[in-house]
Amino acid sequence: MKRFFDAELETFRSHLVLMGEIAVRQVRQAMEAVVHSDLSLADQVVAADDELDQLEIKIDEEAIRYMNLRSPVATELRLVIVGMKASHDLERVGDEATNIVRRVAQLSSEPPLKSYVDLSRMAAIAVAMLRDALDCFLQEDDDKAMAVCRRDAEVDAINKQLYRELTSYMIENPATTTRALAVMFISKSVERIADHASNIAEEMIYLARGRDVRHTEDTKNPNAG
Amino acid sequence: MDSPASSSSTAPGVAPAVPQSSRTETTPTLIDIQNVDFAYGDTKALHDITLQIPEKRVTAFIGPSGCGKSTLLRCLNRMNDLIDGAKVERGSIKIRDIDIYRPDVDVIELRKRVGMVFQKSNPFPKSIYENITYGLRLQGESNKARLDEVVERSLRGAALWDEVKDRLHTSGLGLSGGQQQRLCIARAIAVAPEIILMDEPCSALDPIATAKVEELIHELKEKFTIVIVTHNMQQAARCSDGTAFFYLGKLIEYAETQTIFMNPGNPQTEAYVSGRFG
Repeated sequence: MKRFFDAELETFRSHLVLMGEIAVRQVRQAMEAVVHSDLSLADQVVAADDELDQLEIKIDEEAIRYMNLRSPVATELRLVIVGMKASHDLERVGDEATNIVRRVAQLSSEPPLKSYVDLSRMAAIAVAMLRDALDCFLQEDDDKAMAVCRRDAEVDAINKQLYRELTSYMIENPATTTRALAVMFISKSVERIADHASNIAEEMIYLARGRDVRHTEDTKNPNAG
Repeated sequence: MDSPASSSSTAPGVAPAVPQSSRTETTPTLIDIQNVDFAYGDTKALHDITLQIPEKRVTAFIGPSGCGKSTLLRCLNRMNDLIDGAKVERGSIKIRDIDIYRPDVDVIELRKRVGMVFQKSNPFPKSIYENITYGLRLQGESNKARLDEVVERSLRGAALWDEVKDRLHTSGLGLSGGQQQRLCIARAIAVAPEIILMDEPCSALDPIATAKVEELIHELKEKFTIVIVTHNMQQAARCSDGTAFFYLGKLIEYAETQTIFMNPGNPQTEAYVSGRFG
């Protein structure tokens, strides 16, 4: 039976999907700006962050209104709660993308410290995680969501490896410190983006199964150290 | 759909007989319903119902009109015996391990143990005091001090004492709708039942009177086992510990109330509690 307020939930869902698409685009463009030292693209990323901020506010308003007036239960209640949490994660992803591009000007003024291969690989995994987590929302595929959570360890490992390498650069040649720190900050931001993707995946598992898998063995990578 | 009785599995579509998370709790079963079929003449109203209702908890029966929830409620104190052609065709209903449909069961005694509060408050056209003492007087109690004590205890138990203590000898029909319903609850608890059945007890009440009755239900479960039929989803969510969802005379799902409203196992339950059908 169709209810007169079902359209409100559809709007809510579509805003969350839109937010996800913008967040993925932001991260991709941020990394492209780093790799190609593209200052104009970096500016675009900063400017677009406001879209995510506004969508987060809109999603919160819609969720509060729906809970207040429509008394959702079961899957609907979980959807509204998860929508609010996921939109917060996506807004933070946008913030991290902005943090990344803020280093572009600094990095582009000097020769690259090392190739950005690891950074790009790490970002590719984080973007794939984000994309998969959002697909889980559309497809209600909780197995895929579990896989996203488990991939987080890969990103953590690359971040740690980069940290070690960059620390040794700084020790060997203090003149590299500014650039090494900039790359470290970018690496940390990418690592945080993967964390947010993992959070979103956990939220999607809660949405699909009604089971909270945060901080459980289920979401840990069995091969992680 | 599988019969609830055919499996103790908790898989969707199979209603477990006991609310799932209470399996590990120590709350003993008070009412044990096993494989009950019930019919009004040729019309079957309940199909193979199996569920266990734990002691001193509130259990809600929900479902669309005609799903059999009130019929099952009325089976629990044999109110259906009063309807021609109505009978339990199969299965058993036990209260404290005694089959209440056994021929030697005294139905008057059963209804003393299993009190009932109806949708529409139905005080007797007598004083508040007489409404409460009616059952006890029928049992032969005439000691004034004892009757006074029961009146005060019952009215306090029904959260009505402070509102009526100065007019105990005025007509019960002069009370407001909410007060009348609480008077009926006081009348039900005066004879010290173990179980109170409530058939949509708030459907005719305004929100303030409803809130008072709900508060009362919450307090009463300390002493009584309560089974409530309600069409108000939020009321079931607020008041009950376990919820059973019925549809077309079948028990579809029986679980902790939190589970039914947060993560029901059956899509029909989900559709009903979300207001998508019924």
